[in-house]
Amino acid sequence: MGARVIRLEAAEVRAGDFRLVADLEAQAGGHLTLLGPSGGGKSTLIALIGGFAAAASGHVVLDGRDMAGVPPAKRPVTTVFQEHNLFPHLDAAANVGLGLDPGLRLSAADRARVSAALAEVGLEGMGGRKPAEMSGGQRSRVALARALLRERPILLLDEPFAALGPAMRAEMLGLVAALRARRGMTVVMSTHDPAEARRAGGHAAFVGEGRAGPAAPIEALLDAPPPALAAYLGA
Amino acid sequence: MRPAPALWWAGGGALALVLALTIGAAALVFLWAEGAGRFTAPDWRALEFTARQAFLSALISVALAIPVARALARRRFPGREALVTLLGAPFLLPIIVAILGIVAIWGRSGLVNDGLGALGLPKLDIYGLSGVLLAHVFFNLPLAVRILLQALSDIPAERWRLAAELGLEGRPLFRLIEWPALRAAAPGAFALIFLLCATSFAVALALGGGPRATTLELAIYQAVRFDFDLGRAAALAGLQLGLGLALALLAAGLSAPSGLGPGLDAPPERWDGRGVAARLGDGAALGLAAAFLIAPLAAAAALGVGGLGEMGPRVWLAAGRSLGVALTAAAMALTLGLALVMLVVALEGRAPRAARLVEATALLALVVSPFVAGVALFLALRAVVAPASVAMPLVALVNGASALPFAFRLLLPALREAARDYGPLAEALGMQARDRLRLLWLPRLRRPLGLAGGLSAALSAGDLGVVAIFATPTAPTLPLYVHGLMSAHRMEAAAGAALLLAALAFGLFLAFDRWGRA
Repeated sequence: MGARVIRLEAAEVRAGDFRLVADLEAQAGGHLTLLGPSGGGKSTLIALIGGFAAAASGHVVLDGRDMAGVPPAKRPVTTVFQEHNLFPHLDAAANVGLGLDPGLRLSAADRARVSAALAEVGLEGMGGRKPAEMSGGQRSRVALARALLRERPILLLDEPFAALGPAMRAEMLGLVAALRARRGMTVVMSTHDPAEARRAGGHAAFVGEGRAGPAAPIEALLDAPPPALAAYLGA
Repeated sequence: MRPAPALWWAGGGALALVLALTIGAAALVFLWAEGAGRFTAPDWRALEFTARQAFLSALISVALAIPVARALARRRFPGREALVTLLGAPFLLPIIVAILGIVAIWGRSGLVNDGLGALGLPKLDIYGLSGVLLAHVFFNLPLAVRILLQALSDIPAERWRLAAELGLEGRPLFRLIEWPALRAAAPGAFALIFLLCATSFAVALALGGGPRATTLELAIYQAVRFDFDLGRAAALAGLQLGLGLALALLAAGLSAPSGLGPGLDAPPERWDGRGVAARLGDGAALGLAAAFLIAPLAAAAALGVGGLGEMGPRVWLAAGRSLGVALTAAAMALTLGLALVMLVVALEGRAPRAARLVEATALLALVVSPFVAGVALFLALRAVVAPASVAMPLVALVNGASALPFAFRLLLPALREAARDYGPLAEALGMQARDRLRLLWLPRLRRPLGLAGGLSAALSAGDLGVVAIFATPTAPTLPLYVHGLMSAHRMEAAAGAALLLAALAFGLFLAFDRWGRA
C-alpha cells in the first residue's frame, strides 16, 4: 500500500440544514467505497473532494496539498458524475478528446490517444457515435475513457452505474478494477448497495447521519458494522 | 459556472447598451421636453385616446376570447391543431399586411359593407376608433385565446371527472370550474394587450389619424415628420414613457403571461357540453372566430396574387433594405440576449439579487417604447449626422433592442438547464469561457436561438414603427413602401408588395427556426 493520497480532516460541508463532517483517508492505488443511504451525503462528499463544494471548516488534502480555493479542473482528481457525463451533441471521440484539451484543439497524436483510450474501455472504432446512439453501459465506458486521458491520480465515481442492470454493473466494476490495477489510480466510488461494496473490495467508509468515515477494510466493516451502518443494513 | 473576464465584458457591454437605449433615452427625452413648454390640449387628447382605445381593445379581445377558448378547450375536431397554429400567425404577420386585408373586408368598398349596402343598411366606417379597435382585436384576440386556453388546459383532468360525476353543465359548470381558471389568467391577458395596444403605431397610422383618433406615437411621428417640432416630440415621448411605466407596474402586479407558452396539447377527456345548445354555441364561437381571422388573411393573399405584377421595380430595393434590417436586428437581439443570459446565469449562484436586476433590465425594452428610443436617438444624432443618412442602422438598432426581451426570455431557461446539467462537467474539465460558448452553450441553445432569431427577424422585417420617423420616402423599407402605396390608393400594387412582405417575414422565421431544429 502506498501513501495516503486522500486525507479529509474534520472537513465539514454545509448546505442549508444539511451538515456533513468527514474524517477519512485513502491509500494511493486503493479502492475506497463510500457506502450509505440516498440523501446521506455521498454525492456531497464526492463534490467536496472534486472541488464542487467548499469545506466550511477542516481540511481536504489531496496528494499532499491542501485543496482550499483550488478549482475542480486544477485538482489531482477526475470525476465521473451520476448523469450528464457526456455532451449529447458531441460524438464519443470528441467527448473523450475533451479530457486532453477542453477546447478540443486536437493534434493527430491526440486523436490517436483518443482512439487508444476508447479501445482500452472496449469501444474500439465507436468514436463516431453520438451518446444517443449508445447503450447506457457504452456511455459509462466513454466517460471512463475520458477520465483515463486526464491522467489524474484520483478517480471519483458518483454512483456512476446506478442506471445499469446488475450484469452490466458487475462488468463495469470489473473494468474499473482492471483500469485501477493497470494505471495505479486511486478510485473513490459511492454506492448505496452493500453487495456492490463487497464485490468492489478494498476499503469502505459509511456516509450517513451527518458523518463520513473512518475508512476500514470492507469485510471488517460489513462483518462488524458500527451502529449507524448496522441500522442502515438492517442486519 | 466560474465567470471569466470575457463574460463580464460581454455581459456588461450588453447591459450598458440596453440601459442607454432605455433609461438613457428616457433621460434625454425628459431633459429636452423640459424646455418645450406645457402640454397642449391636443397632447392630452392623444393621451386620452391612446388609453381609451387600448382599454377597449383589451376588454373586447379578452371578452370575445372567453367563449372561443372555452370551445377550443373542450372540443376535438379535425383542423383543431390548424386553428391553434393560426392563432399564432398574427404575432408574426406584418401589421400593414393584416391592415390591408382588414380594409378589404371591412373597408368602405369591402365585403361587409357591400353586404350591408345590399340589405339597405348604413355603412361601417373603418377609419377612426372603430377601425383601430377592429385591427387591435384582430391581432390580440388570438393572443387572448392562447393565454386563456392555456389556463383552461391547466385545469386537472380529475376536476372534469368530478364535474361529470355531479352532472355539472352550462352555467354551474362555468361558475365552479372554468371561471376560477379564467379569472386567474384574464387580468394578465388584459394587461398585456393593454400594453401592446398603447404602443401600437402602425394601426393608428393606417386607420386612425385626425384630431379625434391620434395616439401618442402617431402624434410623435407627426411632430417629427411634419411639424419639425422636436421639443413637442420629446414632451409626447415623455407622456408615452409615463404611460408605459404605469402600465408595466399594473401588468407586473397582475403577472402578465408571455403568450409564448409551450405547445397546447390535446384536451383532456370531457363529458360536458354534449347538449345541442352547447354544441351550437361552441360551433358558432369557433366558426365566427375562424372567419374573423381567416377572411382578412385570405383577402390580402388573393389581392396580393393579383397585384404581384404591379409592385414596381423599387419594391426589390425596399425588400433588400428590410432583409438587411431584419438580419442585423436578429443578430443584435441574439448577441445581446446571449451575453445577458450568460451574465444572469453566472450571477445566479453568487449574487441572486444582481441576477434579478440584470433580468429586469433585459426586459426594460418592453416598457420603454421603441418610439422613445427613436426620438432620443434622433435628438442625439441630429447634431452629428443627418438621421436619414443612417436610417437603416438606427432602425436595426431599435428593432434589435425591442426584440431583445423575446430572445432573452427564450434563451434564459435553456441556458439555465444547460448550465445545471453540463456546467459541472465543463468545470471539471477546465473549459474556458470561449470553449464553453463554442462547444457547449451554442450547440445546446441551438433551438431557442433559432426560434428567437426567427421571431426577431420576422418582427423586424414587418416593423412599421420607428422606421417611419427616420427613413425618407425615397428609401423606404418594405412595410413603409406598402404603406406609401396604400396612401396613394394604389391598392393592387400595395397588396402585391404586402404579399411579398408576408413571404419575407414568414420565410425569415421559418429559415431561422429550421436552422435551430436541424
